Amino acid sequence: MYRYIIKRVLLVIPTLLGAAALVFLLMRLIPGDICVVRLGSGGGTFDERAVATCHAQLGLDRPLYVQFAKFVGGFFTGDFGISMWSGKPVLTEIAARFPISLEICILAVVVANLIAIPLGTLSALKQNSPIDLVIRTFSIAGLATPSFWLGILFILAILNISQAAFGAPWMPPIDYVPLWQDPIRNLSMAIFPALTVGYRTSAVTMRMTRSAMLEVLREDYIRTARAKGLIERIIINRHALKNALLPVVTLIGIEAAFLIGGLVVTEQVFNLNGIGRLFVQSVQNQDYTMTQALVMLVVAAFVVTNTIVDLLYAWLDPRIRYA
Amino acid sequence: MTIADPTSAQAIPAVPGDFTELRRSPLRTALRFCLRQPLGTFGMVIVIIMAIAGFCADGIAPYSPTANDFAAMTEPPSWAHWLGTDQFGRDLLSRIIFGARTALIVGFSCAIIASAAGLVLGVGSAYFGGRLDLYLQGVLDVVMAFPLIIMALAVVAIFGTGVHNVITAITIPLIPRCARVVRSSALAIREVPYIDAARACGFGHARIILRHMAPNVMAPFLILLTAFVGQAILAEASLSYLGLGVQEPTPAWGLMLQGGAEEYASTAPWIAVFPGLAIALTVFGFSLFGDALRDALDPKLRDR
Repeated sequence: MYRYIIKRVLLVIPTLLGAAALVFLLMRLIPGDICVVRLGSGGGTFDERAVATCHAQLGLDRPLYVQFAKFVGGFFTGDFGISMWSGKPVLTEIAARFPISLEICILAVVVANLIAIPLGTLSALKQNSPIDLVIRTFSIAGLATPSFWLGILFILAILNISQAAFGAPWMPPIDYVPLWQDPIRNLSMAIFPALTVGYRTSAVTMRMTRSAMLEVLREDYIRTARAKGLIERIIINRHALKNALLPVVTLIGIEAAFLIGGLVVTEQVFNLNGIGRLFVQSVQNQDYTMTQALVMLVVAAFVVTNTIVDLLYAWLDPRIRYA
Repeated sequence: MTIADPTSAQAIPAVPGDFTELRRSPLRTALRFCLRQPLGTFGMVIVIIMAIAGFCADGIAPYSPTANDFAAMTEPPSWAHWLGTDQFGRDLLSRIIFGARTALIVGFSCAIIASAAGLVLGVGSAYFGGRLDLYLQGVLDVVMAFPLIIMALAVVAIFGTGVHNVITAITIPLIPRCARVVRSSALAIREVPYIDAARACGFGHARIILRHMAPNVMAPFLILLTAFVGQAILAEASLSYLGLGVQEPTPAWGLMLQGGAEEYASTAPWIAVFPGLAIALTVFGFSLFGDALRDALDPKLRDR
């Protein structure tokens, strides 16, 4: 087991270094001089001095390997440079927007599993029945529905329902208040984006729960439990579901990708100032320092999550670590 | 041509490479697929309708997708405008029909280019093995570490917006996803004796890869291809919605949801509802069709 852990953890280093090199190279693939592009995008005029200052600020006047070393080093010291748009340190900008995104992520995972596990189990228990068909359709629809459209539909529903109930349209708040200061305001802001992202995420988990459950239900120990006359509820909860949920754990990694993708568009729909929105804005504003820092952070979070999931799975299922 | 009865003893292939199944007429195969996979057939019908809409957009759209009618702005659905009009007085149905063309062009271009590149990389990597395989897998692993939309946004940040750049942005992250699946299927095929036979005959690497290995990984390849079309359409819609994809005046579903959809949510909900429905239905169609295709081509995965 220790050998597996060490091997798996060491694998993270080349992946992250490779990703850093890729991001670094991509950002330098931008046609032309990014300082000229950036300074000229406002339509104003600029002189050589402004370009030189910009180069010095971004460190572009130094050799490539120095730039790359500084870029990688920044991740250990927390120094990602200065945002080309706001002029503030990238880390400050990210830190301010982090709590809301994290909260939506956590709520979305809760929502996703609350939808997915009961429905996936039910679907497996009633395999090939009309209920199964409805649940499977619901789950494929979750994958097919773009999260921004679902978000817009939520807004549409909130507006119409609040109009009908209170006589005036109500919209969830858009400025972030910490949970401990005003829980109701905080949750009313975060719950709708979480439902939007969560439904899409639940689709994958639901399918996995169903197939894992189907496999477990055919095992001998389930037949034994039935034969000795255990009531169905105990067979399902204690014997089947517990074992079926093991492979579902691995889905956290895939869920992470869905969450990140979901956040990018959902925050835009609900007008929330989170990491996803910051990312989109940085691309729109050609804020390259911000874009490269955010891409790298997302990738690092993604790789680390996947590694933890792999380790967790190896711990839960010994067949993996001896393979 | 005789079709083997699956219950007779002779139908059990005595030697690998008994291709009786493949010799069925295409019509019969299609009919069998429809009967066995009602949901998949439903998906296929949606896909075909969207394809016809996109292909014949000029003929069937009642209005021009870019024509403004300032006398009919934010009109609700009526006989004149079946799905209503947007805030600029443009006919929504016409825009959705033309949007199908954009969605399918982007969807199929991304899926075909990405899976073709993935096929060559995956089969090549498995066939040559050794160092090449190791390095290539390393590179692909790094690209896989980027969630699709993040990679796409990063590529857009570099090349800018527009249809061609969107296709590039979505294709790049899809390539390693295909290469990985194809490689694992191809690894098994490399060990089969007919590959040794082909090598013994003195065939070149290109011929062995393209004529002998590639056709045998077609099942997972086709399944991925269908899945990619749906994913690419969804990604394009997301990018366009964010204002970083297809640009006006090209009609695109994601773009239609961008400006007025939220602003007019309470007064003209049809602007928000119909384009999204078009995206969801199309992707839904491709998913159902892809699932059915997987069941039909890979019976081991059935009931999953």
